[in-house]
Amino acid sequence: MTTLLDVRNVSKRFTMGGIFGRKTIDAVMDASFSLSSENPEIFTIIGESGSGKTTLARMILGLEDPTEGDILFRGEKVDRHAGRAERLKFMSRVQPVFQNPFEAFNPLKEIERYLESTARRFLGTSDKAAIDKAMDDSLQKVGLSLKEVRGRFPHEMSGGQLQRCAIARALIPNPPLLIADEPVSMVDASLRMSIVNLLKSLRDDLKVSVIYITHDLATAYYISNRLIIMQRGRIVEMGDARTVLDNPEHAYSRLLKASVLSTDHAGAGKLETDPGMLDLANDSVGRAGELVARPDGRHVRVYA
Amino acid sequence: MTQENDIILQVEGLKAYYQMNYFGVNREVRAVDDITMTMRKNEVYGIAGESSSGKTSFIKVLAAAIRPPLRVVEGTVKYNFKNGPIDVTTASPEQIETVRWKHLSYIMQGSMSVLNPVRRIGRTFQDFAQRPLGLSGRAFEDRVVKHLARLNLPADVLKAYPHELSGGMRQRVTIGLATVCHPEFIIADEPTTALDVVVQKEVLSLIRDIQKEMGASVVFVTHDMSVHANVADRVGIIYAGRLVEEGPTRQMFFTPKHPYTAHLVASLPRIGDTQQRPALEGRPPNLADPPQGCRFHPRCPLAVDKCRKEVPPMIEVAPGQRSACWRWEDVKPLVNIAAPAGAMA
Repeated sequence: MTTLLDVRNVSKRFTMGGIFGRKTIDAVMDASFSLSSENPEIFTIIGESGSGKTTLARMILGLEDPTEGDILFRGEKVDRHAGRAERLKFMSRVQPVFQNPFEAFNPLKEIERYLESTARRFLGTSDKAAIDKAMDDSLQKVGLSLKEVRGRFPHEMSGGQLQRCAIARALIPNPPLLIADEPVSMVDASLRMSIVNLLKSLRDDLKVSVIYITHDLATAYYISNRLIIMQRGRIVEMGDARTVLDNPEHAYSRLLKASVLSTDHAGAGKLETDPGMLDLANDSVGRAGELVARPDGRHVRVYA
Repeated sequence: MTQENDIILQVEGLKAYYQMNYFGVNREVRAVDDITMTMRKNEVYGIAGESSSGKTSFIKVLAAAIRPPLRVVEGTVKYNFKNGPIDVTTASPEQIETVRWKHLSYIMQGSMSVLNPVRRIGRTFQDFAQRPLGLSGRAFEDRVVKHLARLNLPADVLKAYPHELSGGMRQRVTIGLATVCHPEFIIADEPTTALDVVVQKEVLSLIRDIQKEMGASVVFVTHDMSVHANVADRVGIIYAGRLVEEGPTRQMFFTPKHPYTAHLVASLPRIGDTQQRPALEGRPPNLADPPQGCRFHPRCPLAVDKCRKEVPPMIEVAPGQRSACWRWEDVKPLVNIAAPAGAMA
């Protein structure tokens, strides 16, 4: 088994302020996990805002230096200070998809210009026909075609279509790993599932691994293989998605699951959160504890 | 069924269009096209619709914030407030002034952009509420502090700036602003969209509690069907400027009679359930040039020739449930959402 991505004891500390009133924030503390290259999977990072999930993703993309620990991609260290050629090589293998497609695309540029510049860079050619073919191929993968997209501006497309274009752009260099930071939260309800199903088919048909960052437990359950749940920078539970979400063990994971609005009692107006649960979950904030393996394969943080 | 004096809002045949005229070219966007609905007192009415479905234009009219280029072309929006009935489509600005905040109030989306970032929360409260309440100085402050305590906010937030508060607290402050005058009618526009799951549930139950306590009616707008399932008494679905179905929440979820509703309900994934979820193809139509006939027909799996030509009327299909579909009898729930609830402990 070879590893695609190896995150080893990574921590990130942000320092704010000057000499006076300096504050430090531990955004990510001691995170470790790895993805294998043989079995492409959807690996989900769940957490609320401020849990460090986006910081972790930025470090994997090499946009941020870890304060401690290493991130290895195919055995090589992810380093944003590496030379230009090396960065490009890395970027052709790990591609991001961002949250809001309307902000990711410049409203004044045609969408194809983005696809074109990505193709030009990663194919290393300026042959029009080759670039068009690469663009069309990757648009086909997301259920669009170059003919539909050519000459159109972002405002002429729906959120779902635009997010597909963003994914198509990321697919141009055929990366083995995509990092999708809340790719569906800005997409309309009726189009949301088409993006989620698309991520699923990327994994099953194209063998692309996806790191899927979200706070939506229901879609995470629907598509992911494994997941980690983060609370204020710490991984509190990690393991097989179905095992963990069917029966979460850590107090915070249980709170998250209980907070998901269910439609089972539609119209009954059930909204109470058990206050004991909230206290229990808040109790673990800021305590180090230790990740312990359980017989069913999951890891849970326990506190002495 | 309902008594006359029990009704707080009556919308009849409302058409509100954006009419623009640039360089001699007329452009008309039919954002609200022939919506008829009523609301009883003490009711939470959920409005679901995608972006650019016209739901924001609809609530702009409800909130009496009709500014050009948005114009009411036809129809009436009648409120039956304690201080007398009012039709906001024809009322003068002075008349609207008498009901705003005291009777008709609005919880806005995006608490960061609603609150003035360079003004303390207390000052914002003064700007909003001091005049409608007609209280001065100490009495006003007492009232506000008491109200904030009910929202589980400490009195200190009055001295804070918006950026010093967390997202959940800010949203509670905007709810406080909207409810401090004890309005009879509250319009809530996506109040929880930007919030995390735990906080979202807190804020929703807060809105529900406040509504029960004050006996207010609430129009709750969001595209998230799982929110409607837990908050609304009745749900109305807007598609391309038209109300396509409305009914009691339970019926809407378990026996939808419009294919669009059936799709919206079916596309919600659930924990403990991994069956393949269908995705709806196509995109919402452009309201400047909507399709003929039923506006949903280009995306509808049930569409027949009639749907392409004739606009289906809104008819009663079950007690309290109305649907605008020629083939409502053939609409079946797409996935069984009442599946064995064992996994959902």
